Amino acid sequence: MILEKTKIAFQKLFPVPDSEDVPVEEEPKETKTSSPPRENGILERDYNVHGYHLDIQLSPDQLTEAVTIVDELEFFLETITGVDWIKENQLELIYDFSRYDFDTCRVVIRTRVDRDNPIVPTITPIYAGANWHERETHDFFGIQFKGHPHLIPLLLPEDADFHPLLKDFKA
Amino acid sequence: MSSQPIQLQPDETFVLNVGPQHPATHGVLRVKMEMNGEYIVNAETVIGYIHRMHEKMGETKTYPQFLMNLSRMDYLGALGYSHGHVLVVEKAAGIEVPERAEYIRAIMVELNRIASHLFWFGAFVMDLGGFSPLMYALQDREYILDMLEAVTGSRLTYCYFRFGGLYNDVDDDFIAAARRFIPRMRKSLKKYEKLVTGNVIFRKRLEGNAYLSKEICRKYGASSAVARGSGIDFDVRKNEPYSVYPEFDFDIPVYHECDSLARYKVRMDEIEQSLRIIEQGLNKLPDGPIMPKKKPKIIKPPAGDYYQAVETARGSFGVRLVSDGTKTPYRLKLRSPTYSNMHLFDESCKGLMIMDALAFMGSLDLVIPEIDR
Repeated sequence: MILEKTKIAFQKLFPVPDSEDVPVEEEPKETKTSSPPRENGILERDYNVHGYHLDIQLSPDQLTEAVTIVDELEFFLETITGVDWIKENQLELIYDFSRYDFDTCRVVIRTRVDRDNPIVPTITPIYAGANWHERETHDFFGIQFKGHPHLIPLLLPEDADFHPLLKDFKA
Repeated sequence: MSSQPIQLQPDETFVLNVGPQHPATHGVLRVKMEMNGEYIVNAETVIGYIHRMHEKMGETKTYPQFLMNLSRMDYLGALGYSHGHVLVVEKAAGIEVPERAEYIRAIMVELNRIASHLFWFGAFVMDLGGFSPLMYALQDREYILDMLEAVTGSRLTYCYFRFGGLYNDVDDDFIAAARRFIPRMRKSLKKYEKLVTGNVIFRKRLEGNAYLSKEICRKYGASSAVARGSGIDFDVRKNEPYSVYPEFDFDIPVYHECDSLARYKVRMDEIEQSLRIIEQGLNKLPDGPIMPKKKPKIIKPPAGDYYQAVETARGSFGVRLVSDGTKTPYRLKLRSPTYSNMHLFDESCKGLMIMDALAFMGSLDLVIPEIDR
């Protein structure tokens, strides 16, 4: 079962003794509308409710390593997107991976960055197809992908200096 | 005096602009091609000319208000996109869909898929220089559009699905017309086979054109006939069954040649498979209501993150819904299949001649508003 295999592969990213130290990075601020802050780690989701199997949250510097793991397990890149959690002053990046075979396993990798300094490493050296997805995420959220070969506006006009999907964007 | 105005040196390149308005791009798409004579050295696709920021609209409109946006993304196979959207909201909000509604949805989506493939078929052959197949394809497509118009009320930009069911039930006329359509379409497929697939010029143009390896498909996340023409047995309807698709007996056509002809064959075979689904759907169509008895008046899915993938005419379409428990989505991401399929064009067209690259572009089945969203 690929689900088990993927889970085991990811466990090395979250060594057990350190797992209690990791969530310190998370802002403990909580609001009524948003879900309570989540600790970094692996979460198995109910596929029938959420539509994916594994939900992995990690810090931005673990991203390259995590994406290498899914690449080695022959997942394909579905999409990359962001979510603006303005009340927590954070931007969330969501990477979706899925498989071509019949052993269905959808993996979601999330990472959170500070809204004032949103920088994450690029994954284009691993998945060439991430190029446009990262450019689009840069367009919409202003997230900088460190090491991206061609980070210019893709869908927005070439002189665009606004990021429309930020919650404080005013047209 | 030499009649050749310019002598091109072997290492000398020039930039050629294809588009933004070019008949072969089927929409507003531009490709900057660095050429060495007839050969492409480098290509950069420029998209975004018809970007409408659907995802921002998704954050400002309530769930029912956003329904009509989905059919504005892909005007050729709109129902498949609506299907993905209603499924994810139903999943999130826990709305039960009556069985009859799901069957009708599947029939409609498959009819729409055939209409989309027919249009692609005609336009693709026209790109390669054959005009008549387009006229035949449009004739068959017209039949489908008339059927859909009678039930949904529109010909292209349908707003037919509702959360929990449908806007309108099908009548006997529709069922009779659909039953008449199946043998008609099968006859047409034979005609296309003779007219186009067997044509030697057509085959020579496409055989071995634009090789796409499995690895490239995986790195770019290709789906639909682009992946299936490269030997990848991937169709969301089979790999991650949704709706009533597990009830149907159909095959996924896969070809291993990895060239444009394989991609063409996959789509033509898919028409037959869609006919099989429609046939079974019409036979199995249960009686009953088309909207659930209990349905929340205002749709407010509980806070959380939901994803749903569906197989549209153009490949694996995904909707990610991040809800914060209010009546508008917090974030609505639309993963469009052609976006990924188009992206691999830049890398794969290197070394091709320009007319081969345009044939390759046609084999990707592009709908530009769907890339730009």
